[in-house]
Amino acid sequence: MDTMSQPVPESPPAEPAVDPVVFEHVSMAFNGPPVLEDVSFRLGPHETRILLGPAGVGKSVLLKLANGLLRPDSGRIFLFGEEITRMSEEKLLALRIRTGMVFQEGALFDSLTIRDNVGYQLIEQHLPDEVIDKRVRRALRFVELEHTFDMLPSSLSGGMRRRVAIARAIIAKPELLLYDSPTGGLDPVTSHTINELIVKERDVYHTPAILVTHRLQDAFTMATNVFSEATNQMEPLPTGQTHADTTFLVLREGKLVFDGSIRELIHSPDPFLQSFLA
Amino acid sequence: MPAEIISEQVRRTVQRMLLAVQEYSLFCWEAVRSFWRQPHYWADTLIQSDLIGVGSVPIVVLTGFFTGGVLALQSAASLAQFGAQAYTGRFVSLSMFRELAPVLTGLMVSGRNASGMASELGSMVVTEQIDAMRALGTDPIKKLVAPRVFATVIALFLLTIVADTLGTAGGATVAVFLSHQNGNQYFNSAYQALVPADMIQGLTKPLFFGFIISTVGCFFGMKTTGGTQGVGRATTQAVVVSSVMIIFTDFLLSRVMLWLFPPV
Ligand SMILES: Nc1ncnc2c1ncn2[C@@H]1O[C@H](COP(=O)(O)OP(=O)(O)OP(=O)(O)O)[C@@H](O)[C@H]1O
Ligand SMILES: [Mg+2]
Repeated sequence: MDTMSQPVPESPPAEPAVDPVVFEHVSMAFNGPPVLEDVSFRLGPHETRILLGPAGVGKSVLLKLANGLLRPDSGRIFLFGEEITRMSEEKLLALRIRTGMVFQEGALFDSLTIRDNVGYQLIEQHLPDEVIDKRVRRALRFVELEHTFDMLPSSLSGGMRRRVAIARAIIAKPELLLYDSPTGGLDPVTSHTINELIVKERDVYHTPAILVTHRLQDAFTMATNVFSEATNQMEPLPTGQTHADTTFLVLREGKLVFDGSIRELIHSPDPFLQSFLA
Repeated sequence: MPAEIISEQVRRTVQRMLLAVQEYSLFCWEAVRSFWRQPHYWADTLIQSDLIGVGSVPIVVLTGFFTGGVLALQSAASLAQFGAQAYTGRFVSLSMFRELAPVLTGLMVSGRNASGMASELGSMVVTEQIDAMRALGTDPIKKLVAPRVFATVIALFLLTIVADTLGTAGGATVAVFLSHQNGNQYFNSAYQALVPADMIQGLTKPLFFGFIISTVGCFFGMKTTGGTQGVGRATTQAVVVSSVMIIFTDFLLSRVMLWLFPPV
């Protein structure tokens, strides 16, 4: 291999791996009772953490805290090893460029075409138009929506919008992905497509991720399937095996009540977890 | 005790208003500061200039023309009583330059664009597009607010000149065709009346008004809460607050100008 021609600084494997996201005793309230109370967890490099919890428990809030869109009342949050709790918005913007986020409702820019939505970050970097076009097409191909290139978000279905949002989040090769309920309110077939995309991103690019989901079914799919590049499909792991780097977090009434693997989750004696899984 | 309840209510309202004023001032500071920091969104500024400036030309032309016209109409009769009909041009152009062109243009553009900005940014807030923008590493103040402020200030300045011109022309039309005055006399008196102090006054005001319209519009848009209904509320508030602020600032500026350039 020709190592001499490569500039040394930006070779991730050489650096000691930092945890992309760390929460330390984070609490957060809007005008009322606390939404999150003393939440601590860490997301390791190459890890995928699936965040479960009943509606309105604060899952979206937690995700927005992770990339500094919201600020906690107390506690500390680290993003890529840097404390963001009191970081200026300007510095935060630079850090956020390295993350990709899929919002609960997609949050596509409704006055921009799909091309401009997906290519947003590349346009901001003033890349040449041909390069942007090419990379946008590749990202759209990844989510199987190449034909929507010139359309506006309003002419897409909910599931298509969610997939475009995924394309927008992954186009600049983020070092961290935050998915907020990417399959919420979608039919099983579309959900399956989206799950497959997320598993693909996990197994092909090994991007660490936090994924919020309402659908337990999806969570189990993620933990028990692996993406095969040979067949370009998601394939189930042999019975009894689970994906080692996919673990679970469960929120209940503002507290993190579970942090562990799927096996621990299923075999937990906690009545709340049992009723939640039922 | 009712008295206590009322005083508590008053205290809360005053507190809330002070808080809003503080928030608004910080917002303006952020917007102004962003002019000096990279990146600059010139393409967005150009689009906004077209939308606000070029888009407002028809209403400003109509408003300016008929305001000048009605000034000539109203003044002709009263000036004639004193045999001072020859001063119609002076009266129209002074009124237009000093007060009516800046204020009316400001109010028109406020109704058109402060509401537009509030509803556009407000919709973006409630659909999480602003958060999405921040998540993608873009500062919405730089990308959305700064271009609108810059474009509105420049556009309002130019639109006011349009209104000045059209107002004088409207006055001339009425003076010549309805009051049968001499056109030359009208324009002479209109022209001679204008001293540099009036020009400065008339052209400073739109800069302030443009700043008020855009910052108030964007401010109410950016702090929208509560879904579609919230967007409606933000839109109305933006127009009301910016209109009142324009008229109040006009008073202040007129006072300051009188103090800077005392009438001889
Ligand atoms: N910007 C905000 N202002 C005030 N309260 C908020 C705000 N965002 C969230 N909340 C409150 O925080 C709580 C948690 O909201 P969040 O959106 O995180 O729930 P969630 O777990 O994502 O729910 P869902 O599963 O329905 O998406 C809710 O009670 C909500 O009312
Ligand atoms: Mg949510």
